[in-house]
Amino acid sequence: MAAVSNLKNMVMVLGLTCLLCSAVLGGAYALTKEPIDAAAKAKTDKAIGAVLPAFDETSYESVDVDGKTYNYYKAVKGGETVGYAVESSVVGFGGPLSLMVGVTPDGIVHNTSVLSHAETPGLGAKCNTDAKFMAQWEGFDPSAKILSVKKDGGDVDAITASTITSRAYTEAVKNAVDAVKKLEENDHE
Amino acid sequence: MEYFLIIISAIFVNNIVLAQFLGICPYLGVSNKLSTASGMSMAVCFVITLATLVTYLINQYLLVPFQLEFLQTIAFILVIAALVQMVEIVLKKVSPSLYQALGIFLPLITTNCAVLGVAITVVTKEFTFGLPSHMLNLGEALVYAFATSLGYGLAMVIFAGIREHLALSDVPKAFKGVPIALVSVGILAMAFMGFSGMVK
Amino acid sequence: MSKNLKLITDGLVKNNPTFVLLLGMCPTLATTTSAINGLSMGLATLFVLVLSNMAISLIAPAVPDKVHIPVYIVVIATFVTLLQLLMQAYTPSMYETLGLFIPLIVVNCIVLGRAEAFANKHGVLESACDGLGVGLGFTCSLTVLGLVREILGSGSAFGFNFIGGNDGMLAFVMAPGAFLCLGYLMVLFNKFLKKD
Repeated sequence: MAAVSNLKNMVMVLGLTCLLCSAVLGGAYALTKEPIDAAAKAKTDKAIGAVLPAFDETSYESVDVDGKTYNYYKAVKGGETVGYAVESSVVGFGGPLSLMVGVTPDGIVHNTSVLSHAETPGLGAKCNTDAKFMAQWEGFDPSAKILSVKKDGGDVDAITASTITSRAYTEAVKNAVDAVKKLEENDHE
Repeated sequence: MEYFLIIISAIFVNNIVLAQFLGICPYLGVSNKLSTASGMSMAVCFVITLATLVTYLINQYLLVPFQLEFLQTIAFILVIAALVQMVEIVLKKVSPSLYQALGIFLPLITTNCAVLGVAITVVTKEFTFGLPSHMLNLGEALVYAFATSLGYGLAMVIFAGIREHLALSDVPKAFKGVPIALVSVGILAMAFMGFSGMVK
Repeated sequence: MSKNLKLITDGLVKNNPTFVLLLGMCPTLATTTSAINGLSMGLATLFVLVLSNMAISLIAPAVPDKVHIPVYIVVIATFVTLLQLLMQAYTPSMYETLGLFIPLIVVNCIVLGRAEAFANKHGVLESACDGLGVGLGFTCSLTVLGLVREILGSGSAFGFNFIGGNDGMLAFVMAPGAFLCLGYLMVLFNKFLKKD
Protein backbone atom coordinates (compact mmCIF):
# COMPACT_ATOMS: atom_id res chain seq x y z
CA MET A 1 0.00 0.00 0.00
CA ALA A 2 1.74 3.10 1.29
CA ALA A 3 5.37 3.70 0.41
CA VAL A 4 8.10 2.76 2.90
CA SER A 5 9.13 5.67 5.12
CA ASN A 6 12.62 7.07 5.09
CA LEU A 7 13.77 10.56 5.91
CA LYS A 8 14.28 11.57 2.29
CA ASN A 9 10.85 10.66 0.95
CA MET A 10 9.09 11.87 4.10
CA VAL A 11 10.58 15.35 3.80
CA MET A 12 10.03 15.38 0.05
CA VAL A 13 6.38 14.34 0.16
CA LEU A 14 5.49 16.71 3.00
CA GLY A 15 7.37 19.61 1.40
CA LEU A 16 5.85 18.97 -2.00
CA THR A 17 2.31 18.72 -0.60
CA CYS A 18 2.70 22.00 1.31
CA LEU A 19 4.16 23.73 -1.74
CA LEU A 20 1.45 22.48 -4.07
CA CYS A 21 -1.35 23.33 -1.65
CA SER A 22 -0.04 26.85 -1.00
CA ALA A 23 0.26 27.39 -4.75
CA VAL A 24 -3.34 26.25 -5.31
CA LEU A 25 -4.58 28.50 -2.51
CA GLY A 26 -2.52 31.46 -3.65
CA GLY A 27 -4.12 31.15 -7.08
CA ALA A 28 -7.60 30.72 -5.63
CA TYR A 29 -7.06 33.76 -3.40
CA ALA A 30 -6.01 35.91 -6.35
CA LEU A 31 -9.07 34.77 -8.32
CA THR A 32 -11.61 35.26 -5.52
CA LYS A 33 -10.20 38.52 -4.12
CA GLU A 34 -12.25 40.68 -6.45
CA PRO A 35 -15.63 38.98 -5.84
CA ILE A 36 -14.94 38.95 -2.06
CA ASP A 37 -14.25 42.69 -2.01
CA ALA A 38 -17.28 43.27 -4.23
CA ALA A 39 -19.49 41.26 -1.86
CA ALA A 40 -18.25 43.24 1.16
CA LYS A 41 -18.86 46.52 -0.67
CA ALA A 42 -22.33 45.41 -1.79
CA LYS A 43 -23.22 44.68 1.83
CA THR A 44 -22.16 48.15 3.04
CA ASP A 45 -23.84 49.83 0.08
CA LYS A 46 -27.05 47.97 0.84
CA ALA A 47 -26.92 49.01 4.49
CA ILE A 48 -26.28 52.65 3.55
CA GLY A 49 -29.05 52.59 0.93
CA ALA A 50 -31.49 51.17 3.48
CA VAL A 51 -30.93 53.92 6.06
CA LEU A 52 -30.61 57.06 3.94
CA PRO A 53 -32.76 58.90 1.37
CA ALA A 54 -31.70 58.70 -2.29
CA PHE A 55 -28.17 60.03 -2.95
CA ASP A 56 -25.60 60.30 -5.75
CA GLU A 57 -22.40 59.40 -3.93
CA THR A 58 -20.93 58.83 -0.49
CA SER A 59 -17.59 59.58 1.15
CA TYR A 60 -16.16 57.70 4.14
CA GLU A 61 -15.08 59.95 7.03
CA SER A 62 -14.78 59.90 10.80
CA VAL A 63 -15.52 62.21 13.74
CA ASP A 64 -14.56 62.25 17.45
CA VAL A 65 -17.31 62.69 20.03
CA ASP A 66 -16.40 62.56 23.73
CA GLY A 67 -13.21 60.65 22.99
CA LYS A 68 -14.96 58.00 20.89
CA THR A 69 -14.39 57.81 17.14
CA TYR A 70 -17.34 57.27 14.85
CA ASN A 71 -16.96 56.33 11.21
CA TYR A 72 -19.67 57.52 8.89
CA TYR A 73 -20.64 57.78 5.25
CA LYS A 74 -21.63 61.26 4.15
CA ALA A 75 -24.25 61.06 1.40
CA VAL A 76 -24.39 63.86 -1.17
CA LYS A 77 -27.05 64.57 -3.80
CA GLY A 78 -26.66 67.42 -6.27
CA GLY A 79 -23.87 69.01 -4.19
CA GLU A 80 -25.98 69.04 -1.03
CA THR A 81 -25.56 66.75 2.00
CA VAL A 82 -28.70 64.63 2.34
CA GLY A 83 -27.63 62.56 5.34
CA TYR A 84 -25.03 60.66 7.29
CA ALA A 85 -24.91 56.86 7.71
CA VAL A 86 -23.11 56.41 11.03
CA GLU A 87 -21.57 53.10 12.13
CA SER A 88 -22.47 52.85 15.79
CA SER A 89 -21.35 49.98 18.02
CA VAL A 90 -22.44 49.28 21.62
CA VAL A 91 -22.53 46.33 24.02
CA GLY A 92 -25.79 44.38 23.79
CA PHE A 93 -26.98 41.39 25.82
CA GLY A 94 -24.74 38.76 24.28
CA GLY A 95 -21.83 40.84 22.96
CA PRO A 96 -21.13 43.64 20.48
CA LEU A 97 -24.19 45.08 18.72
CA SER A 98 -23.33 47.18 15.73
CA LEU A 99 -25.74 49.31 13.73
CA MET A 100 -25.81 51.55 10.70
CA VAL A 101 -27.87 54.60 11.64
CA GLY A 102 -29.01 57.02 8.96
CA VAL A 103 -29.47 60.59 10.21
CA THR A 104 -30.50 63.55 8.05
CA PRO A 105 -28.72 66.93 8.60
CA ASP A 106 -31.73 68.24 10.60
CA GLY A 107 -31.00 65.56 13.23
CA ILE A 108 -33.93 63.25 12.41
CA VAL A 109 -33.28 59.51 12.21
CA HIS A 110 -34.06 58.37 8.67
CA ASN A 111 -33.78 54.63 9.35
CA THR A 112 -31.57 52.06 11.07
CA SER A 113 -30.15 48.70 10.12
CA VAL A 114 -28.26 46.00 12.06
CA LEU A 115 -24.74 45.29 10.79
CA SER A 116 -23.90 42.50 13.26
CA HIS A 117 -25.13 41.27 16.62
CA ALA A 118 -24.68 38.44 19.11
CA GLU A 119 -28.10 38.58 20.76
CA THR A 120 -30.14 35.58 21.92
CA PRO A 121 -32.02 33.95 19.01
CA GLY A 122 -35.76 34.49 19.35
CA LEU A 123 -35.36 37.23 21.96
CA GLY A 124 -32.83 40.02 21.46
CA ALA A 125 -32.14 38.87 17.92
CA LYS A 126 -35.61 40.17 17.05
CA CYS A 127 -34.05 43.66 16.88
CA ASN A 128 -33.20 42.58 13.33
CA THR A 129 -36.59 41.04 12.43
CA ASP A 130 -39.36 42.48 14.61
CA ALA A 131 -41.34 44.73 12.24
CA LYS A 132 -42.89 46.87 14.99
CA PHE A 133 -39.55 47.53 16.68
CA MET A 134 -37.77 48.32 13.44
CA ALA A 135 -40.51 50.55 12.00
CA GLN A 136 -40.46 53.00 14.92
CA TRP A 137 -36.99 54.24 13.92
CA GLU A 138 -38.16 55.49 10.56
CA GLY A 139 -38.41 59.27 10.90
CA PHE A 140 -37.76 59.23 14.67
CA ASP A 141 -37.33 62.88 15.71
CA PRO A 142 -35.10 63.14 18.82
CA SER A 143 -36.16 66.75 19.38
CA ALA A 144 -39.84 65.78 19.69
CA LYS A 145 -39.50 62.35 21.34
CA ILE A 146 -37.18 61.04 24.05
CA LEU A 147 -34.53 58.56 22.95
CA SER A 148 -34.84 55.92 25.67
CA VAL A 149 -37.12 52.90 26.19
CA LYS A 150 -40.60 53.42 27.71
CA LYS A 151 -39.57 51.60 30.90
CA ASP A 152 -36.94 54.33 31.47
CA GLY A 153 -39.43 57.12 30.74
CA GLY A 154 -38.68 57.49 27.02
CA ASP A 155 -40.63 56.97 23.80
CA VAL A 156 -39.02 53.82 22.38
CA ASP A 157 -41.13 50.64 22.33
CA ALA A 158 -38.88 47.83 23.61
CA ILE A 159 -38.88 44.30 22.19
CA THR A 160 -40.94 42.02 24.45
CA ALA A 161 -38.72 40.36 27.08
CA SER A 162 -35.57 41.99 25.65
CA THR A 163 -35.21 45.27 27.49
CA ILE A 164 -31.41 45.10 27.61
CA THR A 165 -31.11 44.66 23.85
CA SER A 166 -33.63 47.46 23.25
CA ARG A 167 -31.72 49.75 25.61
CA ALA A 168 -28.44 49.00 23.83
CA TYR A 169 -30.07 49.59 20.43
CA THR A 170 -31.46 52.91 21.64
CA GLU A 171 -28.06 53.90 23.01
CA ALA A 172 -26.44 53.15 19.64
CA VAL A 173 -29.00 55.33 17.86
CA LYS A 174 -28.51 58.11 20.42
CA ASN A 175 -24.72 58.01 19.95
CA ALA A 176 -25.19 58.31 16.19
CA VAL A 177 -27.58 61.24 16.57
CA ASP A 178 -25.09 62.99 18.89
CA ALA A 179 -22.28 62.37 16.41
CA VAL A 180 -24.29 64.00 13.61
CA LYS A 181 -25.18 66.94 15.89
CA LYS A 182 -21.45 67.45 16.48
CA LEU A 183 -20.80 67.21 12.74
CA GLU A 184 -23.38 69.86 11.92
CA GLU A 185 -21.93 72.14 14.61
CA ASN A 186 -18.45 71.70 13.15
CA ASP A 187 -19.80 72.58 9.70
CA HIS A 188 -21.33 75.84 10.87
CA GLU A 189 -18.32 77.13 12.77
CA MET B 1 -11.42 43.51 36.64
CA GLU B 2 -11.35 42.80 32.94
CA TYR B 3 -9.44 39.55 33.44
CA PHE B 4 -11.98 38.51 36.06
CA LEU B 5 -14.82 39.13 33.57
CA ILE B 6 -12.99 37.14 30.90
CA ILE B 7 -12.63 34.20 33.28
CA ILE B 8 -16.27 34.19 34.41
CA SER B 9 -17.46 34.62 30.84
CA ALA B 10 -15.30 31.83 29.43
CA ILE B 11 -16.04 29.31 32.17
CA PHE B 12 -19.74 29.85 32.83
CA VAL B 13 -21.50 32.23 30.45
CA ASN B 14 -20.01 31.04 27.16
CA ASN B 15 -18.99 27.56 28.24
CA ILE B 16 -17.14 26.01 25.34
CA VAL B 17 -19.09 22.73 25.35
CA LEU B 18 -22.50 23.73 26.64
CA ALA B 19 -22.90 27.06 24.84
CA GLN B 20 -20.43 27.02 21.94
CA PHE B 21 -20.61 23.33 20.94
CA LEU B 22 -16.87 22.82 20.58
CA GLY B 23 -15.01 19.64 21.46
CA ILE B 24 -18.14 17.49 21.67
CA CYS B 25 -16.63 14.29 20.26
CA PRO B 26 -14.05 13.76 23.04
CA TYR B 27 -16.61 15.16 25.49
CA LEU B 28 -18.96 12.28 24.74
CA GLY B 29 -16.12 9.84 24.12
CA VAL B 30 -14.06 9.91 27.30
CA SER B 31 -16.54 11.12 29.91
CA ASN B 32 -17.46 7.59 31.01
CA LYS B 33 -15.17 7.65 34.02
CA LEU B 34 -14.21 10.52 36.30
CA SER B 35 -10.51 9.65 36.19
CA THR B 36 -10.18 9.64 32.39
CA ALA B 37 -12.33 12.75 32.17
CA SER B 38 -10.04 14.72 34.46
CA GLY B 39 -6.92 13.44 32.64
CA MET B 40 -8.35 14.53 29.30
CA SER B 41 -9.34 17.93 30.70
CA MET B 42 -5.80 18.56 31.91
CA ALA B 43 -4.28 17.58 28.57
CA VAL B 44 -6.75 19.84 26.72
CA CYS B 45 -6.03 22.71 29.10
CA PHE B 46 -2.31 22.42 28.47
CA VAL B 47 -2.60 22.19 24.68
CA ILE B 48 -5.23 24.94 24.24
CA THR B 49 -3.17 27.48 26.17
CA LEU B 50 0.08 26.59 24.42
CA ALA B 51 -1.54 26.43 20.97
CA THR B 52 -3.22 29.80 21.46
CA LEU B 53 0.10 31.39 22.41
CA VAL B 54 1.89 30.03 19.34
CA THR B 55 -0.90 30.61 16.80
CA TYR B 56 -1.52 34.14 18.12
CA LEU B 57 2.14 35.04 17.58
CA ILE B 58 2.23 33.38 14.15
CA ASN B 59 -0.88 35.26 13.10
CA GLN B 60 0.38 38.59 14.43
CA TYR B 61 3.95 38.49 13.14
CA LEU B 62 3.77 36.23 10.09
CA LEU B 63 0.33 36.05 8.51
CA VAL B 64 -0.91 39.62 9.01
CA PRO B 65 2.27 41.50 7.90
CA PHE B 66 2.46 39.43 4.70
CA GLN B 67 -1.33 39.57 4.13
CA LEU B 68 -1.61 35.80 4.23
CA GLU B 69 -4.68 35.64 6.49
CA PHE B 70 -6.34 33.29 4.02
CA LEU B 71 -3.79 30.65 5.03
CA GLN B 72 -4.98 30.86 8.66
CA THR B 73 -6.83 27.55 8.77
CA ILE B 74 -4.06 25.54 7.16
CA ALA B 75 -1.27 27.22 9.18
CA PHE B 76 -3.06 26.85 12.51
CA ILE B 77 -3.93 23.18 12.10
CA LEU B 78 -0.34 22.35 11.09
CA VAL B 79 1.00 24.23 14.11
CA ILE B 80 -1.41 22.44 16.41
CA ALA B 81 -0.56 19.02 14.98
CA ALA B 82 3.17 19.68 15.30
CA LEU B 83 2.75 21.12 18.79
CA VAL B 84 0.82 18.11 20.05
CA GLN B 85 3.47 15.80 18.66
CA MET B 86 6.21 17.86 20.30
CA VAL B 87 4.45 17.99 23.66
CA GLU B 88 4.16 14.22 23.50
CA ILE B 89 7.89 13.75 22.85
CA VAL B 90 9.00 16.29 25.47
CA LEU B 91 6.64 14.91 28.09
CA LYS B 92 7.88 11.38 27.49
CA LYS B 93 11.48 12.48 28.18
CA VAL B 94 10.94 15.04 30.94
CA SER B 95 8.12 13.67 33.04
CA PRO B 96 7.23 10.03 32.45
CA SER B 97 4.61 10.08 35.20
CA LEU B 98 2.75 13.01 33.62
CA TYR B 99 3.12 11.29 30.25
CA GLN B 100 1.49 8.20 31.72
CA ALA B 101 -1.43 10.29 32.89
CA LEU B 102 -1.94 12.45 29.78
CA GLY B 103 -0.17 10.48 27.06
CA ILE B 104 -3.07 8.45 25.75
CA PHE B 105 -5.18 11.56 25.28
CA LEU B 106 -2.63 13.64 23.42
CA PRO B 107 -3.02 12.13 19.91
CA LEU B 108 -6.79 12.67 20.19
CA ILE B 109 -6.35 16.37 20.82
CA THR B 110 -5.17 17.34 17.31
CA THR B 111 -8.66 16.71 15.97
CA ASN B 112 -10.37 18.23 19.01
CA CYS B 113 -12.11 21.19 17.43
CA ALA B 114 -11.97 23.11 20.71
CA VAL B 115 -8.25 23.74 20.16
CA LEU B 116 -8.52 25.07 16.60
CA GLY B 117 -11.79 26.78 17.51
CA VAL B 118 -10.26 28.83 20.34
CA ALA B 119 -7.14 29.61 18.26
CA ILE B 120 -9.27 31.01 15.42
CA THR B 121 -11.74 32.78 17.69
CA VAL B 122 -9.15 34.85 19.58
CA VAL B 123 -7.65 36.26 16.39
CA THR B 124 -10.85 36.90 14.42
CA LYS B 125 -13.61 37.84 16.84
CA GLU B 126 -14.17 41.11 18.68
CA PHE B 127 -14.93 40.90 22.38
CA THR B 128 -16.26 43.43 24.88
CA PHE B 129 -15.76 42.25 28.50
CA GLY B 130 -17.01 45.51 29.96
CA LEU B 131 -14.95 47.63 27.53
CA PRO B 132 -15.83 48.92 24.05
CA SER B 133 -15.64 46.10 21.54
CA HIS B 134 -12.01 45.32 20.65
CA MET B 135 -9.65 42.60 19.43
CA LEU B 136 -7.89 40.70 22.22
CA ASN B 137 -4.24 41.40 22.98
CA LEU B 138 -1.86 38.56 23.78
CA GLY B 139 -2.43 38.65 27.54
CA GLU B 140 -6.22 38.67 27.19
CA ALA B 141 -6.06 35.95 24.57
CA LEU B 142 -4.05 33.70 26.89
CA VAL B 143 -6.36 34.30 29.85
CA TYR B 144 -9.34 33.64 27.59
CA ALA B 145 -7.81 30.40 26.28
CA PHE B 146 -6.87 29.17 29.73
CA ALA B 147 -10.27 30.02 31.23
CA THR B 148 -12.05 28.40 28.28
CA SER B 149 -10.17 25.17 28.87
CA LEU B 150 -11.06 25.35 32.58
CA GLY B 151 -14.68 25.60 31.47
CA TYR B 152 -14.11 22.52 29.31
CA GLY B 153 -12.73 20.70 32.34
CA LEU B 154 -15.64 21.78 34.51
CA ALA B 155 -18.25 20.60 32.00
CA MET B 156 -16.32 17.36 31.52
CA VAL B 157 -15.99 16.53 35.23
CA ILE B 158 -19.62 17.37 36.04
CA PHE B 159 -20.77 15.22 33.14
CA ALA B 160 -18.50 12.31 34.06
CA GLY B 161 -20.03 12.35 37.52
CA ILE B 162 -23.51 12.19 36.02
CA ARG B 163 -22.54 9.39 33.67
CA GLU B 164 -21.09 7.25 36.45
CA HIS B 165 -24.54 7.32 38.02
CA LEU B 166 -26.28 6.77 34.67
CA ALA B 167 -24.29 3.61 34.11
CA LEU B 168 -25.95 2.07 37.17
CA SER B 169 -29.51 3.01 36.27
CA ASP B 170 -32.01 1.09 34.19
CA VAL B 171 -32.35 2.88 30.85
CA PRO B 172 -34.70 1.81 27.98
CA LYS B 173 -32.78 -0.05 25.25
CA ALA B 174 -33.12 2.61 22.54
CA PHE B 175 -31.82 5.26 24.94
CA LYS B 176 -28.72 3.31 25.98
CA GLY B 177 -25.33 4.93 25.42
CA VAL B 178 -25.11 8.19 23.53
CA PRO B 179 -28.83 9.16 23.33
CA ILE B 180 -29.32 9.29 27.10
CA ALA B 181 -25.96 11.05 27.42
CA LEU B 182 -27.12 13.73 24.96
CA VAL B 183 -30.39 14.22 26.82
CA SER B 184 -28.43 14.64 30.07
CA VAL B 185 -26.08 17.18 28.47
CA GLY B 186 -29.18 19.02 27.24
CA ILE B 187 -30.42 19.38 30.82
CA LEU B 188 -26.94 20.43 31.95
CA ALA B 189 -26.84 23.04 29.17
CA MET B 190 -30.19 24.33 30.36
CA ALA B 191 -28.70 24.87 33.81
CA PHE B 192 -25.76 26.77 32.29
CA MET B 193 -28.20 28.91 30.29
CA GLY B 194 -29.01 30.59 33.60
CA PHE B 195 -25.65 32.35 33.34
CA SER B 196 -26.41 33.96 29.98
CA GLY B 197 -26.15 37.73 29.84
CA MET B 198 -24.28 37.87 33.16
CA VAL B 199 -21.06 39.10 31.54
CA LYS B 200 -20.96 40.83 28.19
CA MET C 1 -21.86 0.77 -11.27
CA SER C 2 -24.33 -0.77 -8.82
CA LYS C 3 -21.44 -1.18 -6.38
CA ASN C 4 -20.81 2.56 -6.45
CA LEU C 5 -24.52 3.21 -6.03
CA LYS C 6 -24.48 0.98 -2.96
CA LEU C 7 -21.57 3.02 -1.55
CA ILE C 8 -23.75 6.11 -1.85
CA THR C 9 -26.86 4.59 -0.26
CA ASP C 10 -24.81 3.00 2.55
CA GLY C 11 -23.81 6.44 3.74
CA LEU C 12 -27.45 7.44 4.17
CA VAL C 13 -28.62 4.82 6.67
CA LYS C 14 -26.22 1.96 7.38
CA ASN C 15 -23.13 4.17 7.81
CA ASN C 16 -24.96 7.37 8.69
CA PRO C 17 -22.21 9.57 10.13
CA THR C 18 -24.41 11.27 12.72
CA PHE C 19 -26.70 8.55 13.99
CA VAL C 20 -24.55 5.43 13.57
CA LEU C 21 -20.90 6.49 13.53
CA LEU C 22 -21.49 9.41 15.94
CA LEU C 23 -19.00 11.64 14.11
CA GLY C 24 -18.97 15.38 13.50
CA MET C 25 -21.10 16.21 16.52
CA CYS C 26 -19.94 19.84 16.88
CA PRO C 27 -21.28 21.24 13.60
CA THR C 28 -24.32 18.97 13.93
CA LEU C 29 -25.32 20.61 17.18
CA ALA C 30 -24.10 24.13 16.53
CA THR C 31 -25.35 24.97 13.05
CA THR C 32 -28.80 23.35 13.04
CA THR C 33 -30.76 26.32 14.35
CA SER C 34 -32.84 26.13 11.17
CA ALA C 35 -33.33 23.67 8.31
CA ILE C 36 -31.59 25.96 5.81
CA ASN C 37 -28.52 26.39 8.04
CA GLY C 38 -28.29 22.63 8.59
CA LEU C 39 -28.61 21.98 4.86
CA SER C 40 -25.89 24.53 4.03
CA MET C 41 -23.49 23.12 6.61
CA GLY C 42 -24.14 19.62 5.27
CA LEU C 43 -23.45 20.69 1.68
CA ALA C 44 -20.28 22.53 2.72
CA THR C 45 -18.99 19.36 4.39
CA LEU C 46 -20.06 17.28 1.36
CA PHE C 47 -17.97 19.52 -0.90
CA VAL C 48 -14.83 19.04 1.19
CA LEU C 49 -15.49 15.34 1.73
CA VAL C 50 -15.82 14.45 -1.97
CA LEU C 51 -12.82 16.50 -3.09
CA SER C 52 -10.50 15.41 -0.28
CA ASN C 53 -11.51 11.75 -0.72
CA MET C 54 -10.65 11.96 -4.43
CA ALA C 55 -7.35 13.78 -3.88
CA ILE C 56 -6.26 11.45 -1.12
CA SER C 57 -7.08 8.29 -3.07
CA LEU C 58 -4.86 9.70 -5.84
CA ILE C 59 -1.84 10.54 -3.70
CA ALA C 60 -2.10 7.78 -1.07
CA PRO C 61 0.23 5.26 -2.79
CA ALA C 62 3.06 7.81 -2.87
CA VAL C 63 2.74 8.99 0.74
CA PRO C 64 5.14 7.44 3.28
CA ASP C 65 3.28 5.83 6.16
CA LYS C 66 4.80 7.90 8.96
CA VAL C 67 3.74 11.27 7.56
CA HIS C 68 0.37 10.27 6.14
CA ILE C 69 -1.70 12.11 8.80
CA PRO C 70 -0.01 15.54 8.34
CA VAL C 71 -0.21 15.18 4.55
CA TYR C 72 -3.92 14.32 4.69
CA ILE C 73 -4.58 17.23 7.05
CA VAL C 74 -2.83 19.65 4.68
CA VAL C 75 -4.88 18.36 1.76
CA ILE C 76 -8.13 18.66 3.71
CA ALA C 77 -7.20 22.13 4.99
CA THR C 78 -6.56 23.23 1.40
CA PHE C 79 -10.04 22.26 0.29
CA VAL C 80 -11.55 23.88 3.38
CA THR C 81 -9.73 27.14 2.64
CA LEU C 82 -10.90 26.91 -0.96
CA LEU C 83 -14.46 26.54 0.31
CA GLN C 84 -13.97 29.52 2.66
CA LEU C 85 -12.80 31.73 -0.22
CA LEU C 86 -15.67 30.63 -2.48
CA MET C 87 -18.30 31.15 0.22
CA GLN C 88 -16.92 34.57 1.13
CA ALA C 89 -17.15 35.57 -2.51
CA TYR C 90 -20.51 34.14 -3.53
CA THR C 91 -22.59 33.42 -0.38
CA PRO C 92 -21.23 35.94 2.14
CA SER C 93 -24.31 35.98 4.38
CA MET C 94 -24.32 32.18 4.77
CA TYR C 95 -20.57 32.31 5.46
CA GLU C 96 -21.29 34.72 8.30
CA THR C 97 -24.11 32.60 9.71
CA LEU C 98 -22.07 29.39 9.83
CA GLY C 99 -19.02 31.36 10.99
CA LEU C 100 -16.38 29.42 12.86
CA PHE C 101 -17.77 26.05 11.81
CA ILE C 102 -16.60 26.40 8.20
CA PRO C 103 -12.85 26.47 9.06
CA LEU C 104 -13.55 23.78 11.67
CA ILE C 105 -14.48 21.30 8.90
CA VAL C 106 -10.72 20.62 8.93
CA VAL C 107 -11.02 18.87 12.28
CA ASN C 108 -14.36 17.23 11.51
CA CYS C 109 -13.61 13.58 12.25
CA ILE C 110 -15.83 12.49 9.35
CA VAL C 111 -13.45 13.89 6.73
CA LEU C 112 -10.20 12.53 8.18
CA GLY C 113 -12.05 9.34 9.15
CA ARG C 114 -13.16 8.58 5.57
CA ALA C 115 -9.66 9.38 4.28
CA GLU C 116 -8.15 6.90 6.73
CA ALA C 117 -10.80 4.21 6.53
CA PHE C 118 -11.69 4.29 2.85
CA ALA C 119 -10.04 6.71 0.45
CA ASN C 120 -6.43 5.57 0.97
CA LYS C 121 -7.32 2.01 -0.04
CA HIS C 122 -9.69 2.59 -2.96
CA GLY C 123 -9.79 4.14 -6.43
CA VAL C 124 -10.79 7.71 -7.27
CA LEU C 125 -14.31 6.93 -8.48
CA GLU C 126 -15.15 4.70 -5.52
CA SER C 127 -13.73 7.27 -3.09
CA ALA C 128 -15.80 10.01 -4.70
CA CYS C 129 -18.94 7.87 -4.34
CA ASP C 130 -18.11 7.09 -0.73
CA GLY C 131 -17.59 10.79 -0.01
CA LEU C 132 -20.86 11.61 -1.76
CA GLY C 133 -22.76 8.96 0.22
CA VAL C 134 -21.39 9.89 3.62
CA GLY C 135 -21.73 13.60 2.79
CA LEU C 136 -25.37 13.11 1.77
CA GLY C 137 -26.01 11.14 4.96
CA PHE C 138 -24.51 13.98 6.98
CA THR C 139 -26.53 16.57 5.03
CA CYS C 140 -29.78 14.65 5.59
CA SER C 141 -29.17 14.30 9.34
CA LEU C 142 -28.37 17.99 9.68
CA THR C 143 -31.37 19.05 7.63
CA VAL C 144 -33.73 16.84 9.62
CA LEU C 145 -32.33 18.05 12.95
CA GLY C 146 -32.48 21.66 11.73
CA LEU C 147 -36.07 21.17 10.54
CA VAL C 148 -37.21 19.68 13.87
CA ARG C 149 -35.52 22.46 15.85
CA GLU C 150 -36.91 25.15 13.55
CA ILE C 151 -40.47 23.79 13.76
CA LEU C 152 -40.37 23.54 17.57
CA GLY C 153 -38.25 26.61 18.22
CA SER C 154 -39.47 29.19 15.69
CA GLY C 155 -42.71 27.69 14.38
CA SER C 156 -41.49 27.70 10.80
CA ALA C 157 -40.04 25.26 8.26
CA PHE C 158 -37.35 26.30 5.74
CA GLY C 159 -38.07 29.90 6.70
CA PHE C 160 -41.81 29.52 5.98
CA ASN C 161 -43.69 30.57 9.08
CA PHE C 162 -46.92 28.64 9.75
CA ILE C 163 -48.00 29.71 13.23
CA GLY C 164 -48.31 33.42 12.40
CA GLY C 165 -45.84 35.20 14.64
CA ASN C 166 -42.41 34.13 15.79
CA ASP C 167 -43.17 32.72 19.21
CA GLY C 168 -41.87 29.16 19.23
CA MET C 169 -40.34 27.28 22.13
CA LEU C 170 -37.11 29.24 22.33
CA ALA C 171 -35.13 26.59 24.19
CA PHE C 172 -35.06 24.50 21.01
CA VAL C 173 -33.21 27.17 19.04
CA MET C 174 -30.70 27.55 21.87
CA ALA C 175 -28.04 25.17 23.15
CA PRO C 176 -30.11 22.79 25.33
CA GLY C 177 -32.57 22.13 22.52
CA ALA C 178 -29.75 21.00 20.26
CA PHE C 179 -28.66 18.28 22.67
CA LEU C 180 -32.22 17.22 23.54
CA CYS C 181 -33.41 17.04 19.90
CA LEU C 182 -30.37 15.10 18.75
CA GLY C 183 -30.75 12.71 21.71
CA TYR C 184 -34.41 11.98 20.97
CA LEU C 185 -33.87 11.72 17.20
CA MET C 186 -31.15 9.17 17.91
CA VAL C 187 -33.60 7.17 20.02
CA LEU C 188 -36.09 7.14 17.15
CA PHE C 189 -33.34 6.13 14.71
CA ASN C 190 -32.25 3.26 17.00
CA LYS C 191 -35.84 2.12 17.44
CA PHE C 192 -37.02 2.15 13.84
CA LEU C 193 -34.13 2.28 11.34
CA LYS C 194 -31.07 0.62 12.83
CA LYS C 195 -30.66 -3.06 11.99
CA ASP C 196 -28.39 -5.01 14.31
